[in-house]
Amino acid sequence: MTIKHTIKTSFNGLSVNKSRTLLTLLGIVIGITSIILVMSVGAGAQSAILGQFKGLGSRTISIEPGRMPEGPSDMAEIYTDSLKKRELVALQDKGNVPGLVNLTPLVMLPATLAYQNETYRANVIGGSPLIADILDIQPETGNFFTEDDVKLRSSVTIIGSKIKDELFGASDAIGQKIKIKGRTFRIIGVIAPKGQVMMLEVDKMALVPYTTAQQYLLGIDYFQDIMAQAESEEAAPAAVRDIEQTLRTLHNITDPKKDDFHIVTQAVVVERVGIITGILTVLLVSVAAVSLVVGGIGIMNIMLVSVTERTREIGLRKALGATDQDILSQFLTEAMMMTVLGGLLGIGFGAGFSLIAASILNKVTALAWPFTFPISAAMLGIGVATFIGLVFGLYPARLASQKSPIEALRYE
Amino acid sequence: MPLIKLTKLEKTYYTGGVETPVLCQVSFSIEKGEFVAIMGPSGSGKSTLLHILGFLDRHTAGEYRFDGKTIDDLSPDEIAHVRNQKMGFVFQSFNLLPRTSVLDNIKLPLLYSDIPEKKWTTLASAAAKAVGLSHRLNFQPAQLSGGEKQRVAIARALINKPEVIFADEPTGNLDTKTSEQIMQLFQNLNEEKHTIVLITHEPDIAKHARRILYIRDGQLAKDEKIS
Repeated sequence: MTIKHTIKTSFNGLSVNKSRTLLTLLGIVIGITSIILVMSVGAGAQSAILGQFKGLGSRTISIEPGRMPEGPSDMAEIYTDSLKKRELVALQDKGNVPGLVNLTPLVMLPATLAYQNETYRANVIGGSPLIADILDIQPETGNFFTEDDVKLRSSVTIIGSKIKDELFGASDAIGQKIKIKGRTFRIIGVIAPKGQVMMLEVDKMALVPYTTAQQYLLGIDYFQDIMAQAESEEAAPAAVRDIEQTLRTLHNITDPKKDDFHIVTQAVVVERVGIITGILTVLLVSVAAVSLVVGGIGIMNIMLVSVTERTREIGLRKALGATDQDILSQFLTEAMMMTVLGGLLGIGFGAGFSLIAASILNKVTALAWPFTFPISAAMLGIGVATFIGLVFGLYPARLASQKSPIEALRYE
Repeated sequence: MPLIKLTKLEKTYYTGGVETPVLCQVSFSIEKGEFVAIMGPSGSGKSTLLHILGFLDRHTAGEYRFDGKTIDDLSPDEIAHVRNQKMGFVFQSFNLLPRTSVLDNIKLPLLYSDIPEKKWTTLASAAAKAVGLSHRLNFQPAQLSGGEKQRVAIARALINKPEVIFADEPTGNLDTKTSEQIMQLFQNLNEEKHTIVLITHEPDIAKHARRILYIRDGQLAKDEKIS
């Protein structure tokens, strides 16, 4: 029998019991839908997170205190005080790290900003004026603070556009006094709307000189981060090596494993994010795969019922010249048509739900969450569906093909 | 060489260690072009005999040659091919595929043949015409009368131009008048050189054949030619 007629015969066999066929393949639909959904959302998460760091730019280097966190228990290391003024000065020395520009220390704290009766919960970032270059932000109105403000620990701030809208509405904010953690700051500028850069929501942050933040807001003498840029993308690896060298010399560290700082570059982040989302996706896909096994058992069950119901048909076909192989192909094709159809529907639903999920995530999180539909997911879906049909269809199909024609013809 | 040649053929069923002999020392030959009725009361072994003749079942002793070959000479696929190409089957309960048009039912054996698809409709229409069903090609089995259903089955048996048509109680589910018409059809087919072997327990049906083999208790009791 030709493939065309095998398919046609199988199709007719399936269309006899339309609702039964649909219910049976529902298991496969759900399984494939969840796999596609997980893979698509996983890919979306990956590119959403990576998108954050893409803004970092391939030149940007972030020096953080403590070891590279390997797990949740290492997170406390971030708050160690290994990066202070001394380290900043050493790194600023072109003799130590020739290829580095725009060095700025960073300290951060969440704080409530108050203007008259209005309050706004924001991130207060302490930095140097150079942070404007690293984050690529400009004042919309007013000015940035200056190196002098840093030296004098001036209580001045430049605020994000969202804060301005919330606290001042349409009226002018420049020159107004707001309270941050009880201390009065004068607004000297408003940052032009920018959205999110490097995990920082520019529009919802208030920038202050880092010295001011250290002294009056946090009461610390260390930095939470030192950000800098290599002169060029090519110079980045050399700059990273020079930074490591400088800090190790300064801290008398001979064993790199005992570093009390770590350096984050875009390359490192991209790699780490890829690994983490990859592991999560594999984990979730395996969970979804369990539902496919359940779906497969449903297919096998219904195929066994179908083979029994159609015993006479099998006997007739054999009497009219069908070989065992013909009967096997017919029932195997029926099982595979069910699973492949289920797979296609699953891919459709999966893509649809991912699209919905992406648009919801886009709205409720501040991340730019793209809808990604990996072709690999669709191929995997079809592949897995076909495979399930093959595996769970084989046993019923073999039973059918091995029926003796007279037994089958006698069956009532 | 006779088309069908049985020599001391035996069939014994073994179920749970118990031997049940069904056919015993049956010998006869059928030439091409004959119209033979195998007659006997129910339980006489005539259905088993027809199954063996149609390569649907195997005998346990003796020899059966169809067109010079025994079932043991052939692989399962070759047996299927012989059934497809050289034998046509008509059953008491018609065995048509439900929800499938008359035309497609008639085409069914072609699915398992080497005949190219573009000839199928022509062949099936010709077979339908031969049994007088040209006006019913797009009907479903449920829309047909019993006699018409059996005509479809006969057309299906004819389509591959087999050497022989085996009919197992073809009128068993039909009324007398329709039975008469179906037997008339078999007679016409025989006049067109088709070899027909049919099973019946009704003398009225058997008398349409040109030769009657009487089976009783698994043995050939009488071989009667009707002129």
